Amino acid sequence: MKWYSKTYIGVFLAFLYLPIMVLIVFSFNDTKGRTFTGFTTKWFVQLFHNAAVMDALMTTLVVALVSSVIATVMGTAAAIGLEKMDAKLKGAVMNLTYIPIINPEIITGVSFMLLFVTAKKWLATVGINFQFGWATLILAHITFNIPYIILNVLPKLRQLDQSLVEAAMDLGCNPIQAFFKVTIHEIRSGVVAGFLMAVTFSLDDFVVSYFTTGAKHQTLSVMIYAMTKKRVSPEINALSTLIFIAVLAILVLVNLLERRNEKKLKQGMLKWKGGGVKE
Amino acid sequence: MMIMKHIKPFLALAWAGLLLLTLLAAPLTVAADTDVDSGQPTYDRGYYSRFKGKELEINVYNWGEYLSIGEDGLMDINGEFEKLTGIKVNYSNFETNEGMYAKMKSGANAYDVIFPSDYMVSRLIQEKMVQPLDFDNIPNFKYIGEEFRNPEYDPDNLYSVPYMWGRVCLIYNEKLVGHKIESIDELWNPEYSGKILMFKNSRDAFALALEKLGYSLNTENVKELEQAAQLLKEQKPLIQAYVMDQIFDKMQANEAIIAPYYIGDYYIMKEVNPDLSVYIPENTNIYYDAVCIPSDSRHKEAAEMYINFLNEPQAAADNAEYIMYSSPNTAAVALLDPEISGDKNLYPPVEELVNTQAFINLSEDTNLYIDRLWTDVLSQDEGYLDWVMPAFVVFSVAVLLINSIRKRRKRELNNGGLKNDR
Repeated sequence: MKWYSKTYIGVFLAFLYLPIMVLIVFSFNDTKGRTFTGFTTKWFVQLFHNAAVMDALMTTLVVALVSSVIATVMGTAAAIGLEKMDAKLKGAVMNLTYIPIINPEIITGVSFMLLFVTAKKWLATVGINFQFGWATLILAHITFNIPYIILNVLPKLRQLDQSLVEAAMDLGCNPIQAFFKVTIHEIRSGVVAGFLMAVTFSLDDFVVSYFTTGAKHQTLSVMIYAMTKKRVSPEINALSTLIFIAVLAILVLVNLLERRNEKKLKQGMLKWKGGGVKE
Repeated sequence: MMIMKHIKPFLALAWAGLLLLTLLAAPLTVAADTDVDSGQPTYDRGYYSRFKGKELEINVYNWGEYLSIGEDGLMDINGEFEKLTGIKVNYSNFETNEGMYAKMKSGANAYDVIFPSDYMVSRLIQEKMVQPLDFDNIPNFKYIGEEFRNPEYDPDNLYSVPYMWGRVCLIYNEKLVGHKIESIDELWNPEYSGKILMFKNSRDAFALALEKLGYSLNTENVKELEQAAQLLKEQKPLIQAYVMDQIFDKMQANEAIIAPYYIGDYYIMKEVNPDLSVYIPENTNIYYDAVCIPSDSRHKEAAEMYINFLNEPQAAADNAEYIMYSSPNTAAVALLDPEISGDKNLYPPVEELVNTQAFINLSEDTNLYIDRLWTDVLSQDEGYLDWVMPAFVVFSVAVLLINSIRKRRKRELNNGGLKNDR
């Protein structure tokens, strides 16, 4: 690596991470402001005593995880279906898939709200009491998460060697067994990447959540946005610090696991080349 | 709480007696005195335990950071209320009156307690979106100061209980300015160019311009509004940023010199930056945030109990101290640190408020017109807009052209590569 490419990477990383570093520093600041007066951990203590923030955090995490898991299952299935379609139909469906990504969030949010309000009115006439809350939030999040899963899984499916699946079927697998024994392992990295992306987008989302949130729970983003008439409390800095550390840890973990798997695969290959299974 | 144990049966009796006699609006004076031994506030348990074990929930919709939640040794209002009554509080927040109104109008959620500002209260009353309160269930209304009853926005005081109030003021850095500021014109002073902050919402920003012009803050006159917009346009080059919550940071860190905001917030800033001073214009905007119950609330009595609890002297006092806005609750003001309750900016003598102007609800047309003018102000002399769009269009067209030419070349190569002589 030449010195200038090193410098470039350094500058680039600084550009990305300095704001986060500043935020982390200020989450230990003694006073509520942008002048550093002294080191304290009181915001972290207060954060865990703040029922409203904790509830919002719980809501955000539950919605992110549940919607991402459901979206991952649906999106993977959709990608496999798309892969098997003829070109014209595939093109049409792919265009539909892009809509939630291209559409301005505000339009997505408002449309969801109108849809759910209509559903609420219809269900009320049948005598079902449907309220905005978990269901509306999670449904909306699933919808805007699915495209990201599809876009992450499709390339992996394209790389998949079809003869492997056919071989599995030859050896007596039914299609479902073949999927779980062969396909899923081949496309796993795409599925994981899509899932992580979905979690990120879901955690990050404000606009859609704003329009679909219920009266009982609100997501963190909605709560923080509502603070902007008074002030965003430093507890939120503390929380952001914790979230950043958690996300970093997850990414490191995922990367380590991938590494280990690759090593295992390589070793397996070597063994296989070296004369099959040892007794 | 040994004393309570002995009193409770009597309280229950008294309560039952009251119900039987149905004395009109006889407030329970037994409640809400402070227990001398413990310093803990005592509540009228008979009143507050009516819904115990009923598994009730109420949806409370409030401004962000506008309720004491148990920090700095102050009361956790929602937690205390839940302990006392057994009613679960679902608490969520909005950021502007208009945001709250839109949410209610959409019919997405049914709220039980909301906190609209003055002009929004009258709008909600007009549109029958709030319901009359039963003041028999809100005995603590007796603590509300005389001057806050029957306000302009709710003339017969049927729908609302005042929650907090305050005035718009000019917060400035006296050390950097070098002298006292005594006029709103300073917001237009080129000397502070790039160091002036301004409200990010149209109603508050226009109010300042109208005030400078000497017009009513509630004018519906198109000419007057246009003049105000013109003033705001002239001011724009001097403005560092149009902000709300960032005012705190910018003023505390000496990044800005002068900014209009709400008087209660000045004290929060001054705690961090002692160089700050404040000036309150005589005819400034005065605002009242109230508590109401929406028409589609399903637990009206529980909601009234919540409103009553907000006006328990200790709860209201802790709330006022946490938010730092002025409380209309006289018993709460009496409990406040004299340094706060004696402050002329927060609790001025009545005659000082004679010329202040409260917002009233404007017609839909005026609201839309103000919003249009405001957008116009904000998008003024954004110089790059003039050339960015055409440049972008030209660029896009060029890319498309080059692409199509390349494609055609490719096709020609594939079809009849021999024809092409190189």
